Amino acid sequence: MERQLLQQAKEAFVSGRARPLEFRLQQLHALQRMIMEKETEISTALKQDISRSQYDTPLLELISIENEIKLAIEKLAQWAAPRPVEKNLFTISDEVYIQPEPLGVVLIIGAWNYPWALTLIPLVGAIAAGNAAVVKPSELSKCSSLLLHALLPCYLDKDLYPVVTGGVSETQQLLRLRFDHIFYTGGSTAGKLVMEAAARHLTPVTLELGGKSPCYIDKDCDVRTACRRVTWGKFVNCGQTCIAPDYILCEPCIQGQVVEFIRETLLEFYGADPKCSPDYGRIINQEHFNRIMSLMEGYTPVVGGQSDSSQWYIAPTVLKDVPPHSRLMQEEIFGPLLPIVTVSDMEDAINFINEREKPLALYIFCSDQKAIKRMIEETTSGGVTVNDVMMHYTVSSLPFGGVGQSGMGRYHGKHTFDQLSHQRACLIRSLKMERVNLARYPPQDRRRARRVLFILLELFHVFVTIIMDMSVFY
Amino acid sequence: MDSHSQVLERLRTGFRSGITLPLEFRRTQLTKLLALVKDNEEQIVKALHQDLAKPKFESILSEVEIVTNDLHHAISNVATWIQPEYVPKNLATKLDDCFVRREPLGVVLIIGPWNYPLQLLILPLVGAIAAGNCAVIKPSEVSSATDCLVAELIPKYLSQDCYAVVRGGAEETKALLQNRFDHIFYTGSQAVARSVVQAASVHLTPVTLELGGKCPCFIYGRINIQAAAHRLVWAKYFNAGQSCVAPDYVLCTKATRDALVPALTTVLEEFYGKEPQKSPDLSRIVSARHFTRLMKLLEKTKGKVVIGGQSDEHDKYIAPTVLVDVEEDDVLMGEEIFGPILPILTVEELEKSIELVNRKEKPLALYVFSDESSVVKTTMENTSSGGFCSNDGIVHMTLPGLPFGGVGASGWGSYHGRWGFETFSHRRACMLRGWALERLNGLRYPPYSDDKLKWLRWTTSANSTCSLM
Repeated sequence: MERQLLQQAKEAFVSGRARPLEFRLQQLHALQRMIMEKETEISTALKQDISRSQYDTPLLELISIENEIKLAIEKLAQWAAPRPVEKNLFTISDEVYIQPEPLGVVLIIGAWNYPWALTLIPLVGAIAAGNAAVVKPSELSKCSSLLLHALLPCYLDKDLYPVVTGGVSETQQLLRLRFDHIFYTGGSTAGKLVMEAAARHLTPVTLELGGKSPCYIDKDCDVRTACRRVTWGKFVNCGQTCIAPDYILCEPCIQGQVVEFIRETLLEFYGADPKCSPDYGRIINQEHFNRIMSLMEGYTPVVGGQSDSSQWYIAPTVLKDVPPHSRLMQEEIFGPLLPIVTVSDMEDAINFINEREKPLALYIFCSDQKAIKRMIEETTSGGVTVNDVMMHYTVSSLPFGGVGQSGMGRYHGKHTFDQLSHQRACLIRSLKMERVNLARYPPQDRRRARRVLFILLELFHVFVTIIMDMSVFY
Repeated sequence: MDSHSQVLERLRTGFRSGITLPLEFRRTQLTKLLALVKDNEEQIVKALHQDLAKPKFESILSEVEIVTNDLHHAISNVATWIQPEYVPKNLATKLDDCFVRREPLGVVLIIGPWNYPLQLLILPLVGAIAAGNCAVIKPSEVSSATDCLVAELIPKYLSQDCYAVVRGGAEETKALLQNRFDHIFYTGSQAVARSVVQAASVHLTPVTLELGGKCPCFIYGRINIQAAAHRLVWAKYFNAGQSCVAPDYVLCTKATRDALVPALTTVLEEFYGKEPQKSPDLSRIVSARHFTRLMKLLEKTKGKVVIGGQSDEHDKYIAPTVLVDVEEDDVLMGEEIFGPILPILTVEELEKSIELVNRKEKPLALYVFSDESSVVKTTMENTSSGGFCSNDGIVHMTLPGLPFGGVGASGWGSYHGRWGFETFSHRRACMLRGWALERLNGLRYPPYSDDKLKWLRWTTSANSTCSLM
């Protein structure tokens, strides 16, 4: 079945209908309509999948998809236009440019934590770049996956953008087939398997993975505001965000304050009992619930810790004095547990971060510009937000992606378009000016070299004359 | 001789020390690399001649000059390239600093091929150094004289804590690939590329693959056949056809073919004389293995040799050869030829030629010779390839402003000039916020409300403008 859908998408692509800008714009407008018209259905699906609150849906997913579509519609002509490059003396009368071209059929494998944004934002770029795309939403967000499967063909071209539902087996089937690019969002372990499968067909990949995103809070900054921002970023979507601050690094002298400010903020955001708050989410399924609960084993939280297995509810939880070698500090938490690890100073924090895999995001809360600069320069990560969390994700002109174990490639805005295009180098010459070419032909003897030098000087003289003439006008 | 892990350990320590980060260090290393090439031009030419009987002119043009040009370009521009790139923002982030930092990846691996053993090894290295990385350099053992020379010269000129040459054949390369790198840059064949990507996937190492393919050459419409023949012959027989961007085969009408063949004969004689084997300007096949491979193709082809066809096994010499009456299913239309053999396929309509090319894998380069711009346009718009050049061959890859790389089976990623710098960099998105405007932030915090949502939609819209500004 997957093979057939791919074949259909390929044939549709080869027919050329995805290529004209008008067609791409039409599809983008249709996608925009789908988001607007079906917001309620999407919200309902997300509520069923992950207990997403009514407001988190537009906030976390739909607004960013809408913005991406609007930007693509506005800028498409510019993005798709040939990009001229500098010429040299020998190509002065030629056209030299880079022409972005579609790749063909792209496979987009989405994730369950933001099932709409992480599937549709790559799709926006794929459509804008003139590709066909096979969309494979995550089976863990089952209702969203089924809804997308039902909706997309009602708005978009059925053959060019098929949706494939299913689990591991269907994904494996897809990965055996040959695509022109694979865009994968998910965990590093599966990311390796995707890349390995892509190797067979020499298919390029974009991998948006995860990791443990550290959050350093300097003792001399506005700790209260820092904690408000961290609390928001950590507990939104119940911690199930690839760029959530995974753990806090701070000096022991402010650890107590940090705990208290977080506690205060949690009260303000979710009330005394977050289980009753309509704005607090749930864990996606039993397996992840068990995984997260087991990370807490042996530790006593200072905030939260309550859970309810029947609802896959875990309270916003903070743990302090967490040892660096604990299980909590080995794998990406992806849940509402916030460990605090103490460090002696910023340098210690930098070493701590550099001893570990390159994270998808790094957060630095600090008021000292010099110290901030130092921390950025002495570490690396997919992205950085200073004095807030996650916000670098929201600026579409910033490339969003990982490095090392946190991923390869980047997207958002024009970056998605570029990632899913081939930048074809074009040199358009004429058959005139053949005399100039004599320089490079054999036989290579002294007579020829002298003649070439003469021609070069002649050309240079012409060039200088043109420049002099032009300068008369300025 | 240090083991691979010892070499890597040394380079990792070098990278961790931060020594490759300052602009001065990068410029100094690039300047030293320039000196390496300039000081040793004679030995380089000699080694290339030993490996490929490469004529001095070709060595200077396609190995020494292209490398020194790219080095000059990098030295002049690296200061600009490493500057943070400030980007446009939306209203919610208007007061923030949003920029992209180019950061080095770490320790990269560069695997070079044998056909342009200096250029295709050093040009990626230029990008890697400019981007602040350390690098393990693995020259091809097939071009053994250059391999030896590179191994001798690199440690003499470049910092041994940051750059190391590792030598060996297929087995050693396989072992080297078991290690973890921060980027692998491979130039070579598709078959080996698959195993490179597989090895890279274990560590989630990003790769750049510069592969090959059969670069088609369309000749249609009105045409100045003499000029076309000059450029075609030059591009095809340069380095005895052993270029990843050499025009592999020609597609044209019968009439064009009948005009082209005599033109090719004339030009070949003009370039290489009546006895090309005696010309100092023609290279040889790199190895006995490749010589045999090419001779087998000539044996099995159903096409007719109209020019050349002579060979000398002892000299690894194959004459500049042209065949006609070659069909799409001919053995010469299977793998990349990579030799001085030019098949001409006769296809009357341009559209049918385009269909033929589109049935094959996307090539590294695609050429069109025509005086009619509509022919050029149609061919370009209906095909895909790494690069495209009309009315010439190969030269598009000498322009530092153009990215050089493939698509599909011809490769993944690109380099040259700034593109090499970008290939070996991580583009880190940075946002620096202040402490103020916490009330604006409040829009996103729970408890949620309809009003908050409305404001948030407005402030984060990509084209939101602010009346306060």
